[in-house]
Amino acid sequence: MIRVEALSKEYLSGGRPLAVLKDITLEIPTGELAAIVGPSGSGKTTLLGLLAGLDRPTRGRVIVDGTDLTTLSEDGLAAFRAERVGFVFQSFHLIPTLTARENVEVPLELRGEEAGSRADELLARVGLQGREHHYPAQLSGGEQQRVALARAFSNRPRILFADEPTGNLDQATGQRVVEILLELNRELGTTTVLVTHDLELARLTRRIIRLADGAVVGDTLAGAAAG
Amino acid sequence: MNSFTFVRQLAWRESRAAGRRLLLLTTAISIGVGALVAIESFTDNLTVALEGQSRALLGGDLALSTRTEPTPGFRLVLDSLTRAAGADPATDLAEVTSFAGMAYVPRTAGTRLVRVSALQGDYPFYGKVITDPEGAWGRLAEGRVTLVDPAFLTSLGAAVGDTMALGESRFVIAGTVASFPGDVGVRAAFGPRVFIPARYLEETGLLGFGSRAEYDWFLRVPASLDTKPFADTWRPSVGAQQGRLKTAVEEEEDLRQFLDQLGRYLGLVALIALLLGGIGVGSAVQVFIKRKRDTIAVLRCLGATSGQVFAAYLLQAAAMGFLGSLAGVFLGLLLQLAMPRVFGAFLPLDVSVEPSIQAILTGLGVGVWVALVFALLPLLAVRRVPPLAVLRRDVEEGARRRADGWIWAARLVLALSVVGMAMLQVGDALKGLAFSAGVGAALLVLWLAALGLIRSLRRWFPHRLPYVLRQGLANLYRPANQTVAVVLALGFGAFLLGALAVMQHNLLRQLQLDGGLGRPNLVFFDIQPDQKDDVLAEIRTAGLEAQPAVPIVPMRLAAINGIRVKEMLADTMKRPVRDGERVEGWALRREYRSTYRDTSVGSEKLVVGDWWRAGAGGAPGPAPLSLEVGIASDLAVTIRDTLTWDIQGVEIASVVANLREVYWAWFEPNFFAVVPEGPLADAPQSFVVLTRVDDAAVMGSLQRAIVERHPNVTSIDLTSIQQSVEKIVASVALAIRFMAFFSLATGVVVLIGALATSRYQRVREAALLKTLGATRRQVVRIMVTEYAALGVLAAIVATGLASLGGWALMKYTFEVPFTVPWLGFGILALVLVALPVTTGLWTSLDLFRRSPLAVLREE
Repeated sequence: MIRVEALSKEYLSGGRPLAVLKDITLEIPTGELAAIVGPSGSGKTTLLGLLAGLDRPTRGRVIVDGTDLTTLSEDGLAAFRAERVGFVFQSFHLIPTLTARENVEVPLELRGEEAGSRADELLARVGLQGREHHYPAQLSGGEQQRVALARAFSNRPRILFADEPTGNLDQATGQRVVEILLELNRELGTTTVLVTHDLELARLTRRIIRLADGAVVGDTLAGAAAG
Repeated sequence: MNSFTFVRQLAWRESRAAGRRLLLLTTAISIGVGALVAIESFTDNLTVALEGQSRALLGGDLALSTRTEPTPGFRLVLDSLTRAAGADPATDLAEVTSFAGMAYVPRTAGTRLVRVSALQGDYPFYGKVITDPEGAWGRLAEGRVTLVDPAFLTSLGAAVGDTMALGESRFVIAGTVASFPGDVGVRAAFGPRVFIPARYLEETGLLGFGSRAEYDWFLRVPASLDTKPFADTWRPSVGAQQGRLKTAVEEEEDLRQFLDQLGRYLGLVALIALLLGGIGVGSAVQVFIKRKRDTIAVLRCLGATSGQVFAAYLLQAAAMGFLGSLAGVFLGLLLQLAMPRVFGAFLPLDVSVEPSIQAILTGLGVGVWVALVFALLPLLAVRRVPPLAVLRRDVEEGARRRADGWIWAARLVLALSVVGMAMLQVGDALKGLAFSAGVGAALLVLWLAALGLIRSLRRWFPHRLPYVLRQGLANLYRPANQTVAVVLALGFGAFLLGALAVMQHNLLRQLQLDGGLGRPNLVFFDIQPDQKDDVLAEIRTAGLEAQPAVPIVPMRLAAINGIRVKEMLADTMKRPVRDGERVEGWALRREYRSTYRDTSVGSEKLVVGDWWRAGAGGAPGPAPLSLEVGIASDLAVTIRDTLTWDIQGVEIASVVANLREVYWAWFEPNFFAVVPEGPLADAPQSFVVLTRVDDAAVMGSLQRAIVERHPNVTSIDLTSIQQSVEKIVASVALAIRFMAFFSLATGVVVLIGALATSRYQRVREAALLKTLGATRRQVVRIMVTEYAALGVLAAIVATGLASLGGWALMKYTFEVPFTVPWLGFGILALVLVALPVTTGLWTSLDLFRRSPLAVLREE
């Protein structure tokens, strides 16, 4: 379970503090599939960064499965991510110098686990068998995002964060990626938090959290789980 | 899989693609390592070659020498010493008398100044003389034969079997000496060696009054004799007779010390190349890490700790450093083959080239270490890449931007490593520190210049320039620019070469003997009083102008301010004190070849006191004396001190009237001591006569005529001496340039690396420009502007530094006037501009081959 308490984030802009998130409080239960939506600049990505322990809040707390992320050191946060979190990014962020398989192996290797068969299994699962030894540059956008998905699930994360996962893909490819994402969420029971401004995609989730100007302006249950 | 395995695997996987770019930079390390391995291996080889050759180097177990004709007292000491050593005077003692003389080959009518060695006894006792024909050395004992250096035959067009006239005697040339143990090649520049049997020495008549010779005796002693304590016991008695005693062991020690110094100083040059390579590695790693920011952020997102990522890249740097060093080792082993050629002329040893394991291991170790310590600082930036950078490219590194403890530690490790390596190399803490400080200062000036350029361009950007020039100049300060790296890399090597050009130019200018200034270029010496007029007449008959004959009177010091020199030699406490130390024995013992005249000459300048009036020599009381400042300081005397001279048994008192500075570099008769005309007029003396000959044929015939009439008179053609000096300077310069080359070569590799590292960005930028409508010509001109500006800056700073360093050296060390070698600097500047321009365009060739779309698609 993710619990956010009175979370605020300010950045310095032109020497003056600029509030990007203002006093946000919310809870995302285990196994939830939630979307954070909102216009550009509403603070979606900042919130995702704070939930995933990629950044530190100015005020407030983020508690994941009972652990207060704000109390962890840099290495503690790294260990937290290695153990429990998976990521999917808009621009895939595969490591260009590693093959598809090696990219998927990284999170497992970080945990000190044997990674080979799990990586192959996941790559097959996202429909990339036979492409294991290709480098990112040799894969299409959709294929790269599928490798990213495989990587995100490789360490059996309890939580998956996805930042505009279809933002760089055409509709059909995006659709395919989302299907895989939802399947994996269902099969593995991973808590999934999606950031998107694609309402079509958001509607496929169970819950939509709307942000505007750094504050939660709506929190509704809808879409996939209901259907 | 544990954490280390992950780090190792990440390092390995990452290096497959990215490493290729880093590998280029590690070749910068290779050249330094190559130089180090070559030098260390070579000095190792020399040390091995020296092992057991010491007796051959000296020619015996013990050697005695003196520069004056041996007195009966000397002979007595020699005889007692020989017996005390357990040597048989008949078989274990050899005598060699060496002097300069004119040799003449009647068949070819050629004359040549030679170094004559008159041998008596079985010299050398150790080592092998290689002759052509083989075994000719033994024929020296047979009669009137001579063995000569091959250069002698070549220069006179003579052949084995010809007759050679030496003084009044004639010798048959029985063969040539290809190799003589302990002989140093560079000495041959002063005239070929000619060996004759000593029993005909008298007959030649060459050792007349005033001629200079060296007398050496070599002893073979029983193996049971420990020569060192033996020599220590006998040294005072030999010293009292104006002689010197040396053992083979000491000779070996001296040479070993010299080789050690040579190795250390050459090693410093390698160290400079290594340090430049290190800077190259540092700058490459910096750019590399900047480009790896996304990857690092992703890894951090996926849960890698900053320590793990840092360790992975550090491991990569170590691996690259190892590969670079390995390549360097191979390069070094190849270079080693060239070392005997470059340095052989200065060494009395035949060296066999063999790789030294110790040198290889040192090279590998030092190479990896340099790569690591220079990579460390930029690698620490890895820790500052926040995982959030995955989501936001513009995310700042925040509070950790300030230098933290790790960064200070890395700086400390770097500084300590450089100073430590220099100290180890020089073998002296203070000198090592001074060297590091010197290198640091030069690098600091280069760095400040590059930084100054960047800042000034930003501040006072020339907005009115045409677009392409503006764009080119702006590239010098844009993000990920290579300005500092390129200026440092090129500038330092160029500074070394520039400093060399300054020294060679200024020192050679001093030695310009034949500069068309009408200065004398032919010198006759050892002219006896009765030959003087005839020699002058000969010169005039040849249609030449002869300068007045300069008398030379050999004198020895008998007393200083009333204290007898003999007492001073026996008791150091009686010697005058100079700078807190007692005057050294050699200055008291030596022979002062002096002259008398009433005027000062062009090659000297009065510094203290006045010159005497003409006729001052006739006045009663001690004669006024003019001393050269250096020797006055060595003797701890100044004006108004009294010096008593012994001239062939007659004592003459003198009072120091003035001190002179002498330009010894001028090939004119210069003297430590000068007295007025008069008191020495009847003293035993010889004369020197100088003239100027511009026609080579007249020069030859005049020399021949005088040798035929007065075989004892030696003549020196200064033009040929000048050539010899130039030859020696050239071989020294070759050795230095060979070493400076490493720095420049490293500079070029760093330059290629620096430009290649930023190539990606340039190509992309150029593709964008082309997309926006820039012509290929415009793009090329932008690049040329940028690279040429870098070259010009490096050239200005490097030549400026070289001039400054050169000026200081000329003023304080060599004490000669300084001028700028414009031609040398011009060539250097051209090279410095051409290098980055060609390298830059070459690394950007891709841009001209591929369409802008193809480049942008790779985004």
